Amino acid sequence: MGQSLSVRNLEAWYGSNKTLHGINMEIAKNEVTAIIGPSGCGKSTFIRCINRMHDTLPGAKATGEILLDGANIYANDPVELRRTVGMVFQKPNPFPAMSIFDNVVAGLKLNGMRNKKKLKEAAEKSLNMAALWDEVKDRLGHSGMSLSGGQQQRLCIARALAVEPSVLLMDEPASALDPIATLRIEELVTQLKSSYTIVIVTHNMQQAARIADSTAFFLNGELVEHGATSDIFMTPRDKRTEDYITGRFG
Amino acid sequence: MNKQDKVRTRTAIGDLTLRLLTLGMALVVVGLMIWIGWQMYVSSQESIAKFGWSFLTNRVWDPVKENFGALPFIYGTLVSSLIALALAGPIGVGVAIFLNEMASRKVRSVISFLVELLAAIPSVVYGLWAIFILAPMLRNSVEPWLNKHLGFIPLFQGSPVGLGMLAGGLILAIMILPTIAAISREVMAAVPNTQREAALALGATKWEMIRIAVLAYSKSGILGGVMLGLGRALGETMAVTMVIGNRPDILPSLFAPAYSMAAVIANEFTEATYSLYLSSLVEIGLILFAITLVLNALARLLVWSVSRGPKGGQLV
Ligand SMILES: Nc1ncnc2c1ncn2[C@@H]1O[C@H](COP(=O)(O)OP(=O)(O)OP(=O)(O)O)[C@@H](O)[C@H]1O
Ligand SMILES: [Mg+2]
Repeated sequence: MGQSLSVRNLEAWYGSNKTLHGINMEIAKNEVTAIIGPSGCGKSTFIRCINRMHDTLPGAKATGEILLDGANIYANDPVELRRTVGMVFQKPNPFPAMSIFDNVVAGLKLNGMRNKKKLKEAAEKSLNMAALWDEVKDRLGHSGMSLSGGQQQRLCIARALAVEPSVLLMDEPASALDPIATLRIEELVTQLKSSYTIVIVTHNMQQAARIADSTAFFLNGELVEHGATSDIFMTPRDKRTEDYITGRFG
Repeated sequence: MNKQDKVRTRTAIGDLTLRLLTLGMALVVVGLMIWIGWQMYVSSQESIAKFGWSFLTNRVWDPVKENFGALPFIYGTLVSSLIALALAGPIGVGVAIFLNEMASRKVRSVISFLVELLAAIPSVVYGLWAIFILAPMLRNSVEPWLNKHLGFIPLFQGSPVGLGMLAGGLILAIMILPTIAAISREVMAAVPNTQREAALALGATKWEMIRIAVLAYSKSGILGGVMLGLGRALGETMAVTMVIGNRPDILPSLFAPAYSMAAVIANEFTEATYSLYLSSLVEIGLILFAITLVLNALARLLVWSVSRGPKGGQLV
């Protein structure tokens, strides 16, 4: 089941450079929330705060609160958090030294699961959810690098799903893919929301309109507007949102 | 001839010249190898004719009785190099991990510089240091300690001497450490950050991240670095001969004096008063040459098989 997120006054820095200026945002569970905004406005920084990947960069820090079903993530262990909040990156990044199978179960093995049968079941289940099973079931022992870019990205989605997170963060997961592979990822996202809370960064406004229940518009490190996707695109309240979605800047 | 044809001819001639030139250079290297090997083979004819294969298994080296066997030197070279590898391998990789994954930028540049400096020290200086500092330390504290706690293993039996196989292996370890550390660090630095993030995002701890993202990605390169270190250890002469004890014996204890192939050649070449003696020394050189070649080939094979990874994939 998905978990809800509640962001309170989140500020983030790279060294002395402040990138997020106090974000307040509610993210509902089992919904797809899209983050849109011009390049450099802090979308990646924002979602990297949610699984505390931001903290891993030297010199980077974040303040404020992010409540995951009510519990502040900054009060708990980041390693534990990342098992609950999974992430898919912009460029597919399978582990090249591992087979397809080992890639999918990498997270489970980290959690200490050794039972071969359980690992197999989990791999099949996650690959199925990522709509990749049929394409790879006969070559699970091959390298993850032997797949196409779109397949690699679905492999990374399967890898993130295998540990059964409750939140899935996706940073432009389809930007390196062709239209057909993109469509598959989009279908996937809509299917997954029954079990996960999904936050997806996208540059593609049609994509946001197609898959997101709610959409948030970021500008210069601030959250300008957040609401139901149809409202954001049809009747934006803020002039800057309107300018952005009608293509007047960005 | 029109202009286009002229350009085409010119490129063709240029390409051909370049090809022949580089081919020639490559052939020079190969030719040199064969020539050296052949010359050593010719110069060791006398010893080869007299002792045959038993030269490899004979444990006696007695110039007075004109009886020569290479086994003690082969043993000394291999064992001292193995000790060096066993110590410098893990430590070198550890240093690389620390520098690359843990240390701040400042600490990293200072320590990297110091480690590289280690490689620049002439081996005779290492030898001197080993004679005056390392050997007494081994004799007075390390060897007695090993003997007391691990004395049930034959390797650590016998009286502490200081100058011996252990000292030889240790000095080699120190000398090849920079090679292993520097190469390992370079290949680890080449691991894309996206790999580290992939592991961390799955909930890996720092150490797990290093294991599944960094080490797995760079293992063939690290192996290459270790093998380069081994190559250096096999051929190192000066520092080893100063501390290994220079006694052509095969003794189970690591404390006992030993000898190495490179060391005996350097030490006895000028004293080789008759041709069989000289010929036997050259044959030892030939064996060292062969061992180095074989180990390098094996190393290549190993690196290649590791870098292949799972089916259909190719590590960088
Ligand atoms: N590793 C970093 N070190 C320093 N500054 C950074 C770093 N990553 C991002 N920034 C800065 O933080 C700001 C926000 O970057 P961020 O990556 O969050 O933007 P984004 O909205 O994801 O952009 P894009 O759409 O291009 O991916 C930018 O001004 C950028 O220069
Ligand atoms: Mg981004």
